[in-house]
Amino acid sequence: MAEKVLMKGNEAFAEAVIRGGARYYFGYPITPQSEIPEFMSRELPKWGGKFLQAESELGAVNMAYGCGAAGGDGFISSSSPGIALMQEGMSFLCSAEVPLTMLNASRGGPGIGSIQPGQADYFQVTRGGGNGDYRIPVFAPASIQEAINILYDAPALANEWRNPVMVLVDGLMGQMMEPVLLPEPKEPLKSSDIPKAKPWAISGSEKGERSVVKSLRLQPEVLEQHVEKLFEKYDRMERELQRVECTDIEDAEVVFVAFGTMARLATEAMELLQSQGIRAGLIRPITLWPFPYGAFDALTDNTKVVISTELSMGQLIEDVKLGVRGRFPVKLIHRTGGMLPTSLEIVDKTKKILEEVR
Amino acid sequence: MKPVFQYTKGMTEVSTSYCPGCTHGVAHRLIMETLDEMGLLGKTIGVAPIGCSVVAHQFMNVDMCESAHGRAPAVASGIRRVHPDKVVFTYQGDGDLASIGMGEIMHAAARGEKFSTFFINNCIYGMTGGQMAPTTLIGQRSTTCVDGRTREQAGMPLKMCEILSTLDGPAYIERVALCDPANIRKAKKAVRRAFETQLSGKGFTFVEFLSICPTNWGLTPPKAMEWLKENMMPYYPLGVYREPEVQ
Amino acid sequence: MPKKQFRVVFKRERCKGCELCKAFCPKKLIEMDTQVNAKGYCPARMTDQSQCIGCQSCALVCPDGAIEIYEEE
Repeated sequence: MAEKVLMKGNEAFAEAVIRGGARYYFGYPITPQSEIPEFMSRELPKWGGKFLQAESELGAVNMAYGCGAAGGDGFISSSSPGIALMQEGMSFLCSAEVPLTMLNASRGGPGIGSIQPGQADYFQVTRGGGNGDYRIPVFAPASIQEAINILYDAPALANEWRNPVMVLVDGLMGQMMEPVLLPEPKEPLKSSDIPKAKPWAISGSEKGERSVVKSLRLQPEVLEQHVEKLFEKYDRMERELQRVECTDIEDAEVVFVAFGTMARLATEAMELLQSQGIRAGLIRPITLWPFPYGAFDALTDNTKVVISTELSMGQLIEDVKLGVRGRFPVKLIHRTGGMLPTSLEIVDKTKKILEEVR
Repeated sequence: MKPVFQYTKGMTEVSTSYCPGCTHGVAHRLIMETLDEMGLLGKTIGVAPIGCSVVAHQFMNVDMCESAHGRAPAVASGIRRVHPDKVVFTYQGDGDLASIGMGEIMHAAARGEKFSTFFINNCIYGMTGGQMAPTTLIGQRSTTCVDGRTREQAGMPLKMCEILSTLDGPAYIERVALCDPANIRKAKKAVRRAFETQLSGKGFTFVEFLSICPTNWGLTPPKAMEWLKENMMPYYPLGVYREPEVQ
Repeated sequence: MPKKQFRVVFKRERCKGCELCKAFCPKKLIEMDTQVNAKGYCPARMTDQSQCIGCQSCALVCPDGAIEIYEEE
């Protein structure tokens, strides 16, 4: 039975991914997600899982690659600069088609930046960051419950697609507490069942066929063929994985686009504007890749402006413009460096923008 | 006719991509022969490095994966968590292990990870064309120290067996040389000891093979063997640096 | 007891002509062919099988699995 409990974000994320079947965690401390490795070191062994504190984020992602290549359902978490170090592994994981669940509690950047909530990892997580042609599905939940639901499904999703899956949150979501429903734990994959469940995994050749997990393809024609095969998969992901939540967009004159923490603030701003007689709506992408460009087709001629509302200097706005395809003006309301706008600040800026575009 | 010496079925039929005389082929064969003799081929998972032996999985007839440059010990640590009952090894060169992968090897060794690392030390970056390695000897020429490595410019070469033997995690550390039939026989004994120690669950095991790179040293393979004995052995003394029994 | 007879078999197409076997044969029984193999190397071959003492030095140093040794029965 699902249980309703009051939980802190970071601990809820960790609990959800365990309940989703992940049994191997590799991590390195970094604020604002260090409660995840702490929770995992304490709780994972109780579920029969294994916790390993890595020597670095490079170590962590490569341990996770080994774990996934060997057929284990792994999980890693970090925050922006740590995720930057892990990009090496992500490129390998994608090329070698190794499943993994990852969480990025993003913070203010660039550089070591700040530990406050930021969304300036948008390009890093949606545009790769590692080398080569590859894609990683990125989910951006806006509540702890939504994060739980996504993380609970993530190990199965990663296995289904044989690809890493990323969940993007921030320190605010990690630190806040919300009442949540914890789903029923799934049966984890036992090591002894790996040869049958994942015959491609390296589990010893006594299973029959010899397995090799690799990304090197020295002949260009062979590599091109491999990448094209990967992109057939990514094309299917684009069709099948897109998730978006649209609120009151049909007759909205101003449409916000926001994800994660910023979507919570944009929702408040939208409601404030509505209470003042201004028709406002919200497009909330839940998947940042694949980005739900199609959601923008539902906007009508009532729309005067689309506003990308983000905790970065204008990264999400590039996808917003691709979705809008020139039909409406696209504006930006943002804070960065770990600063959050208030909903009133968003309302004021929106009114100014509306005056400009009317 | 009774076979006295046959190529092990631990190696695939594929001819290796290594240069003539390269001792990667010898090291590969010793590891695979040993696994074959111990009946472990089907239970073994290997991790290939970046370097000439990135393609080791084409030749070593066991389940294998590639790893990012230097990360093989981290990858093997992950594999080990999933398959505690399998035999796991990494195969790494000097640039991979002693330069870019220094963090990973030190911490895997310190944790006493229950896998074996086979370290090929030929004092040079082979695959990229003969640049200075962390193990390049003082005075040795490379494409990034054409007049020979100097202490002033590049510091001193790293002695991995000695460095790792300062840690408490490793259960067995030995340096051997692939420079003549007698030393190759000794090297095989070291490989066997590494796997036996791994199976006993005592901890991390490490075998360093002093090896030759005739192509990038600019020597014929027989001359390269002599160069190894004359130049590498004095700086990298052979022997056991950690006895499993002492643990 | 009759002297043991050994037969060293070179897999001509595996050989890369590195000459390590030739260098380490204590009886100096190995020479390099003047004709190249498909890889373009001059492979090793035995001059006199009857003199072989079966020490396996050649096979031990061979990096390419090009040498097998048999004992005549």
